[in-house]
Amino acid sequence: MADQPTASERFLQGILPENPVYRQLLGLCPTLAVTNGMQPAITMAVSVAFVLVCANLVISLIRNLLKPHLRIVIFTLTIATFVTIADKVLAAYLYQMSKTLGPYIPLIIVNCIIICRCEVCASKQSPFIAVSDALGQSIGFGLALSSIAAVREILGTGGLFGVQLLPAAWPDWVIMVLPPGAFITLGLLLGFVNWLSMRKKGGRI
Amino acid sequence: MPDMKSIFETNLGQAWLVLLLAIIFGSSLAGVQAALGPKIEENKLKETLEKVPIVILGQTAADELKSKDQHLTITPNTVSVARQGVTKFYTLYRADFADGTTAGWVAKTKGQGYADRIELLVGMDQDGGRVTGLFILDQKETPGLGNKIVEDAWRAQYSDKSTSTPFTVVKLPRGGENEIDAISGATISSDAVTNLVNQAVSDLKHRVAELKTSEPEGAN
Repeated sequence: MADQPTASERFLQGILPENPVYRQLLGLCPTLAVTNGMQPAITMAVSVAFVLVCANLVISLIRNLLKPHLRIVIFTLTIATFVTIADKVLAAYLYQMSKTLGPYIPLIIVNCIIICRCEVCASKQSPFIAVSDALGQSIGFGLALSSIAAVREILGTGGLFGVQLLPAAWPDWVIMVLPPGAFITLGLLLGFVNWLSMRKKGGRI
Repeated sequence: MPDMKSIFETNLGQAWLVLLLAIIFGSSLAGVQAALGPKIEENKLKETLEKVPIVILGQTAADELKSKDQHLTITPNTVSVARQGVTKFYTLYRADFADGTTAGWVAKTKGQGYADRIELLVGMDQDGGRVTGLFILDQKETPGLGNKIVEDAWRAQYSDKSTSTPFTVVKLPRGGENEIDAISGATISSDAVTNLVNQAVSDLKHRVAELKTSEPEGAN
């Protein structure tokens, strides 16, 4: 394991250099679907973080028992279990939010960020590194979701968390909270992040 | 027996970890369900009871009643309807005003939609003559298409309609009686909801009379 990244490298990579949304373009279905407001976006980010940390930990603990041709089955089984737990907890304690998010919580099962982390990191490295990796990726995913949600909610409703921020004269751009707004915002923010990183490398723009 | 295979080399043997994990995960999920299931049911029941006045009176009148600090007394009844040899059970809520007169009835029913089971509330007026409203409690229809069944505008088509003609789903509404506009791209969802409503209404509209409270003295 000489050239495998260390725990802190894994953690930091997930936040920006390998951000799941802006750099790897993974998990775009929930990214587009639940970012019409900050509250659903944060609930989704926390649920994904829970599932990712637990799945990475379990997979890392049993990594020496995995057989190459059966590993994907085990990943999916583990992820599905934690997603079901997250879904039930939301339905029990945040009932309205669970109705708002509807099918997108169960759909975390097929979120490729998680299966990707199990494959790339947890099935090869120790539990400590796997959990650091999961935390880094979750923070990266949370930042990506909340940045998109902030833009959409402010432009679409003139406020954040239901608190009015822009002057009352702001004509709410309803399109921003509708599906097209998700694509527009994601595209522009992706372009912005690419521009930033190209400038940092000193490349021509 | 030459070359006896170790049990771990058989197909089933190789999958021992999958099988073991399935058992462990399955039982932990059963534990989670046992712990949280009652709480989830309670949340659903609370939502149902909150929606009953709105389904019967409409949002405006329900808000008005609430602002006057009055509320409807809601009594659940279980009604069984036997049809073609199958007995179907409904939960039928009776909602009474403070003076004891019945405001209306709300039936809870569920059935298969396009993606998963749809659970809904249908409201009827005090003698089952009119449908007063519809509320979707639970659905997992396609986001953007089938899940439009939860939208106010679409559900409003079921408000204040006679129960003597069943609802029909049409693609081009011509303003006929009890016509429901099919959601484009989600005819199955529209049909499913309409069939559930029609069935609940035809099963229950004559039954409400039996369950009616005695008229308050001096009324009528």
